[in-house]
Amino acid sequence: MSTIDVKAHAGSVPTPDLTAQRSAWRLPVSTVAVVLLCLPALVPLAAIVVAALSPETEIWQHLANYILPEVIRNTLLLTFGVALLAGSIGTALAWLTAMCEFPGRRFFEWALLLPLAIPAYVLAFVAVGFLDFSGPLQTWIRAATGSSSWFPAIRTGGGAIFVLSLATYPYVYLLARSAFLTQGRRALEAAQSLGLGRAAATWRVALPMARPWIAAGVALICMETLADFGAVSVFNYNTFTTAIYRAWAGMFSVNAALELAGVLMVFVLVVLAVERKSRAVARFSSSRDTSRDAPRLALQGAARALAFAGCAIVFLLAFALPFTQLLLWMLKHMGRDLDARYFGFAARSLLLAAAAAVVIVAASVLLAYVLRRKETRFTRWVIRTATMGYAIPGTVLAIGIVVPVISLNNLLQGWLRDWFGNGAPTLMLHGTLVTVLAAYLARFLAAGFNPIESGLQRITHNIDEAAIGLGVVGRQLVRRVHLPLLKTSLTTAATLVFVDVMKEMPITLITRPVGWETLATRVFEMTSEGDWERAALPAVVIVLAGLIPVALLTRQSSNLGGSNVA
Amino acid sequence: MLSLGTLRAVAILAVAIAASVLVGGCTQRTEGVLVYSARNEQLIKPLFDLYTQQTGIPVRFVTDDAGPLIERLGAEGADTTADVLMTVDAGELWYAAERDLLKPIDSPILKANIPEHFRDPGNRWFGLSVRARTIVYSTERVKPEDLSTYEALADPRWKGKVCLRTSKKVYNQSLVAMLISEHGEQQTETIVRGWVNNLATNVFSNDVLLMEAIAAGQCDVGIVNTYYFGRLLRDQPELPVRLFWPDQQGQGVHVNISGAGVTKYSRHEAAATKLLEWLSEPKAQALFAGENMEYPANPAIKADPAVLAWGDFKHSEKNIAQAGALQADAVRLMDRVGYK
Repeated sequence: MSTIDVKAHAGSVPTPDLTAQRSAWRLPVSTVAVVLLCLPALVPLAAIVVAALSPETEIWQHLANYILPEVIRNTLLLTFGVALLAGSIGTALAWLTAMCEFPGRRFFEWALLLPLAIPAYVLAFVAVGFLDFSGPLQTWIRAATGSSSWFPAIRTGGGAIFVLSLATYPYVYLLARSAFLTQGRRALEAAQSLGLGRAAATWRVALPMARPWIAAGVALICMETLADFGAVSVFNYNTFTTAIYRAWAGMFSVNAALELAGVLMVFVLVVLAVERKSRAVARFSSSRDTSRDAPRLALQGAARALAFAGCAIVFLLAFALPFTQLLLWMLKHMGRDLDARYFGFAARSLLLAAAAAVVIVAASVLLAYVLRRKETRFTRWVIRTATMGYAIPGTVLAIGIVVPVISLNNLLQGWLRDWFGNGAPTLMLHGTLVTVLAAYLARFLAAGFNPIESGLQRITHNIDEAAIGLGVVGRQLVRRVHLPLLKTSLTTAATLVFVDVMKEMPITLITRPVGWETLATRVFEMTSEGDWERAALPAVVIVLAGLIPVALLTRQSSNLGGSNVA
Repeated sequence: MLSLGTLRAVAILAVAIAASVLVGGCTQRTEGVLVYSARNEQLIKPLFDLYTQQTGIPVRFVTDDAGPLIERLGAEGADTTADVLMTVDAGELWYAAERDLLKPIDSPILKANIPEHFRDPGNRWFGLSVRARTIVYSTERVKPEDLSTYEALADPRWKGKVCLRTSKKVYNQSLVAMLISEHGEQQTETIVRGWVNNLATNVFSNDVLLMEAIAAGQCDVGIVNTYYFGRLLRDQPELPVRLFWPDQQGQGVHVNISGAGVTKYSRHEAAATKLLEWLSEPKAQALFAGENMEYPANPAIKADPAVLAWGDFKHSEKNIAQAGALQADAVRLMDRVGYK
């Protein structure tokens, strides 16, 4: 039926000639746009690939003998462990807060997002300080019972998986939650009315329908884990990122470091391939309306208590306890460190984060639409590659983007000197905000693109066809049909990027203009010589600033799914 | 439709980029000195402020880890606006000099103020403060008489009693590099393997955690930088952990430097040199080291009283440039013996 509508509509376009003309130049334009938008992300990756083409044989021999076996094993174990644990925590919590009713649900709904604002390395440091042999917990156990030797060692792979899972589960929580909210409890009800039990309905209907979102979230988690340097170094758990650092800082071989990053990219490709595969199986439909009026499952008895306890434990471990520790440290040093400059630090952090969120979300929307309308093997490949920056260690990516920009700068500087002689102004392209934003795009495109693409994917072509049938086409279709349906995805993407940028260190450090200190660079100043307690002040401000988008997001999502009556 | 929108967006973006590049990218030729610093802001800013106050010469700085700063300097080449590179480790300065990013400075003042073993033999960088990497022990379980040298910690009598920080930290890489320069690679490998065999627990990510582990009884001895000890004791004076100065009959305590050099393409060579000279003079030396409980590089200046209270010691006078030259070898050696 709908096909007829489309044909009928196509027939009503004034001149077929014009259409033909348009589509003739539309393809290259979209391709060019894709390449241009992805360029900042492609350049550092190209640098890595080029380095990999001239291997440092002698260092590689050493790496292959002593380093690679361990880091490959550890990286796989860590990524798999975190994906599994964080993915389960995130999905379970999202299902509870989106579909069920239990005491504290309204609070946990937004509170469970808060860990997003705590940098993983801060969580790691607090966890090690608290749970290690000399920490207060084991000291107390020893005082009470005489021995704490049964206590699991925290500075191990298990500890790293535990902490990274607590730090990253909000990615899945956020995405899966919007999936559950938008797909509706109606579907679940329908399944139940067809004779499926509640558990079976969840497994066979709700989860599969949310799959593209969960997959997108788990992919983000995997990439975040692959790129993590700060947290794994606190645990001294050797992964690819620590090996990269060792080759660079320890053996003074930038090339070997880039080559290791090249190997890391292979891991990323696997993650991306798995994600795509898990999405491509079915076409997903979404209809927000159905979710509106279906009531939440009111949990009873043990289930009620368990739901509350689960949410509370995760909230305590991932946010309340570490944040309390940060506050205590902050109070200890605030007298010395807090001054008027903090307004500037906070303002610059907010500005960078907001600007990056706008730029990256805009770019992601454009890219996602190009894929929707004009997907070619080439554009898909370019975009996929461009999102890989999320899995490359920040320092490597920072160098990968700054060095080419500096080369460009020097080239232009040479021209300027030719024109103006010695009075030529000094160019500092790499010290401009444009470079900062381009580098953030390279780093965080995945955080913006993944939620938006999975959101757009759930607006099926049936919906488009129905709208077209009603005469809603083109920009109208985007504005009146897509935009309202995409709102959650857009906010999700913007929040992820915003919070990620607030926490980001290496790129900000190397690309910021002289004197442009932010909250994250303050954290760096303190932690680089191990003064973690003094780093608490900027870290707390980062968390507080991270509350802004979380609050916006909560307001929006409760408008969306929280109203059982409306 | 979409493509038009795309086109428009791309055009707007392009114009915006071009405009902001033109506006933001052209900086005025500034007077004063620009420092690329791996030393923390809170440790350098008070000094630079004082310098500006005394001389009227503004000092600006960019902080980051040494690795990215050196790569940036290398990429900027002759067009760099940086005048000084400052790091917290001799190996990094050695590497920058090796990459030909620093300029030899012939300054009688620096030569007079900074001992020969704390500066580059080619005068491309100069130590400004000294950090000793020494042994710490539990006062409850170890008698200082039982301690002697770094090497002795490899003895099986310390089995299960040693705590070490990760070999990823440059301070340990420098220590092992200096051991190589003293004992040769083979003997050093035996020593470091002995340390690893004696470990009580996985290596630590920082010195403070390590000292807390000694205090809590997880292990008895370890190796740390003195200023971390100073910082910890300032907070918890009662902690049952003390410093021991090893190798007093031999080479002496391993020391490293935080130092600086003038960049090869500095456009303010005279001002940059003057800044380094000023930093090597008594007043600045006391501040520079005192801010972080380090030892002044200028031997004419006494350390902070709190630091002096740890006692006098003999330090190794091998040229610290060796730490850089042998660092990569040290890293490989540590990999071979499984020192994580």
